[in-house]
Amino acid sequence: MKFVAVIRQVPDGESRLRIQGGRVDLSGATLILDQMDEYAVEEALRLKEKHGGEAIVVGFGPERTEEALRTALAMGMDRGVHVVHEGFADPVAVAEALAPVLKEEAPTLVLTGGQQADWDSQALGAALAEALGVPVVAWTTALELEGETARAKHDLDEGAEWVRVRLPAVFTTQQGLNEPRYPTLPGIMKAKKKEIRKVEAHLSPRVVLLSEEIQEKARLGKILDGKDPVAAVEELVRLLHEEAKVL
Amino acid sequence: MILVVLDHDGNRLKKASLEALTRARRLGEAFGERVAGVLLAEEKAPLEEARRYVETLYTAVLGPYTAERWAAGILEAAKGGAKAILAPSSRQSRAYLGRVAYALKAGLLEDTLDSWPEGGEVHATRYAYLNRVTQRVKAALPVVLTVKPNTTPLAEPLGGEAEVVPLAVPEVPTVEVLERLQEQRKGVSLTEADIVVTGGRGMGSAEAFRLVEELAALLGGAVGATRAVVDAGWRPYAEQVGQTGKTVQPSLYLALGVSGAVQHLAGMNKSKYIVAVNKDPEAPIFKHADYGIVGDVHQILPALIQAVKKLKD
Repeated sequence: MKFVAVIRQVPDGESRLRIQGGRVDLSGATLILDQMDEYAVEEALRLKEKHGGEAIVVGFGPERTEEALRTALAMGMDRGVHVVHEGFADPVAVAEALAPVLKEEAPTLVLTGGQQADWDSQALGAALAEALGVPVVAWTTALELEGETARAKHDLDEGAEWVRVRLPAVFTTQQGLNEPRYPTLPGIMKAKKKEIRKVEAHLSPRVVLLSEEIQEKARLGKILDGKDPVAAVEELVRLLHEEAKVL
Repeated sequence: MILVVLDHDGNRLKKASLEALTRARRLGEAFGERVAGVLLAEEKAPLEEARRYVETLYTAVLGPYTAERWAAGILEAAKGGAKAILAPSSRQSRAYLGRVAYALKAGLLEDTLDSWPEGGEVHATRYAYLNRVTQRVKAALPVVLTVKPNTTPLAEPLGGEAEVVPLAVPEVPTVEVLERLQEQRKGVSLTEADIVVTGGRGMGSAEAFRLVEELAALLGGAVGATRAVVDAGWRPYAEQVGQTGKTVQPSLYLALGVSGAVQHLAGMNKSKYIVAVNKDPEAPIFKHADYGIVGDVHQILPALIQAVKKLKD
């Protein structure tokens, strides 16, 4: 069996973002393996530990993405494939670049994060599934293999459901599916020697990124002392009614 | 043809469908294309209501929702030559439209705040970096785009009744739905609400949410919850606000006993006014609040309910 986790490297959510020339400049940001993708890596590892076979991490992005691939290898993934591409790419283009690699690997199943922490896209899993001609289970919170099929629980916009799906299939992952492990020191040492095959991305971007700006709304920051709850609340309601005019 | 996916709850079109229609008509006028609707249903759809908003209405009853069935239905409707496909933004729409966009090799513009025709292409604005950055993007036709709820005026009915075209949707390999775990929600929809009252771990118990519900009902708003609260089983997942839940942008967002983790902020940081109540003055939520009270939520919340009642009288 072969389990593939598709990952990207993104800025830490707490990182300070800057804009340079109308684009987000990540040079000062802490870059990490996307936390949503970490659940995909962890699930691939657990599936391999339970069912045997191979766990492969496939990364998409610029040269620096190799750091995120090494993190996944240090967590225990067997080997990596890095599809190298500089700059922004829409989910259809990313899926197009990843499809040949995934078809060649012919995995039992593919896992990837439910939402990207940089481009805020939720569509990569679905686009990958279409590229591979297999079903997608979005926002998975439980996953069990049963022979040729998988049984999974996943979230809908309202509520959740259990599904059964014939493999191969694509699953998008999220918090709740598992608790990702930390890379261990021996894991980090071993990861240095593990193979990362480099593949140049072939894609036709359909979406052009024109500009980016930070719009952190300036907040009023009027914080009241609540030692006297009634007085504080009356002042709050007055502010919301008279100043903000939202009540 | 500009094709609009008319999302609904079985009985009525969602407000967000009428927003998508407004966006679609704008593209239709600019590109000289008619606007058609596609109404897909598990069992039942608001057919008569939908007929009033478009000239042509493609319909199909497909059984339990799966991304594959919905994508197949939309692709079937798109065979009429869709230059653009629009849908309300939701988790589900982004899953089935991800398939549709790949199948059509179309540009996918997700969760757009605004969109307009320009130079024969479609331009749009959207958030990125966990809602911290606004991107301007463009794509050539054909384009697939999702419309963020509460961003666009609602479309008016056209005054006629659309021709209904039943679709012959092919069977596609998909998941088999074994069991649907429905969550009964009361009141207004979270993503469309103008006021959201969210309780965090600081609420302390599921029972304490009775007062959150009371305040939300009093304000005509919706109840939200943080991941910690949902994980604890105090509230249903459908109420979760944040990166792994729903993104909301109401006029007023009340965060009660919420610490303000990055993942939560990603779901609500674009709200017009943010109010925080937390007993810890160092809680990160205060840095993102317009108004706040440092105090015990169990004392503040009942007082707040009384004060709002007084204001309403």
